[in-house]
Amino acid sequence: MGHDTHVVVAKNKTQYEYARRKRSHHMQMQVVTFAIMIFLTFIAFATVAAGMSAFYVAPVILLLAAVQVVLQLYYFMHMSDKGHNMAAFFLYSGALFGFTFIITFLTIVWW
Amino acid sequence: MAEEIKYTPQTWPEHPETANLEGKNKFLGFWLFLGGETVLFASLFATYLALKDKGPEGMTFTTQSLFSEGLPLVFLMTMLLLTSSLTSVYAMYHMKNFNFRGMQTWMAITVLLGLGFLALEIYEFYHYVHIGFYFSQSAFSSAFFTLVGTHGLHVVIGLGWIILLMLRNAKRGLSVYNAQKYYTASLYWHFIDVVWVFIFTVVYLMGVMG
Repeated sequence: MGHDTHVVVAKNKTQYEYARRKRSHHMQMQVVTFAIMIFLTFIAFATVAAGMSAFYVAPVILLLAAVQVVLQLYYFMHMSDKGHNMAAFFLYSGALFGFTFIITFLTIVWW
Repeated sequence: MAEEIKYTPQTWPEHPETANLEGKNKFLGFWLFLGGETVLFASLFATYLALKDKGPEGMTFTTQSLFSEGLPLVFLMTMLLLTSSLTSVYAMYHMKNFNFRGMQTWMAITVLLGLGFLALEIYEFYHYVHIGFYFSQSAFSSAFFTLVGTHGLHVVIGLGWIILLMLRNAKRGLSVYNAQKYYTASLYWHFIDVVWVFIFTVVYLMGVMG
């Protein structure tokens, strides 16, 4: 489609090298994020496989899941980048409804 | 498709996915859609949590009896999907570097990992049905298959979407016209992984703990 809002400007050599290095550094951070997520998944799996008391393990693995999701949203899905205010608003609105559903179902549905 | 500008790595915008109005709109609209998807999955999680282990008198299926044995397999599925999330990050890295072949290659790896996940999930479902835990067996089985199956359906749609994008754009090269399409598909793929993290934790890990 038309309506280009981007004006084509060529970067000079220095600007181009800088942008490339910045992206490459950014990619390294993504790999670190990935390593953390793998580690958290493994910890969650190991604590459950070790058969410890559910009373202690359940909150821990839920917390580990929440941390992973935050990493996924803010780094892999770039919510930490500029211009993501509306994205965050939409997602958190959805999550707010979601929590309401879960609390409602757990309190009013019984068998 | 009115995109006539021939980009070079030097003129390629910093944010090609939002370089035109269509891209900006798509970005906003897609995040609204993801907000809706969050609500969809939350309602399925709520249903599952309310109905798990519930069924007809004398039902012997419990989350513990079903998921304990296969937990390493589900762990492997989680690893596959998490890794496919990273490979799609690599694809977007190459997209921003104006490297079309790099992007296509990493998208293809993402698809392969996704297919591996899907194969294991089909095997898992086949196993449950085989031992008598089929969709209409109990409130528990219906809630389980609806939640995990809806996620599986998202994986199928995501894979189909990425494969079609790769084929359709194979000879086009990279432009601000298709960069936004790849970017949106990769956001969708990450969201699928976000949902799976909760399924792995709430359904499988907490299921095994009982």
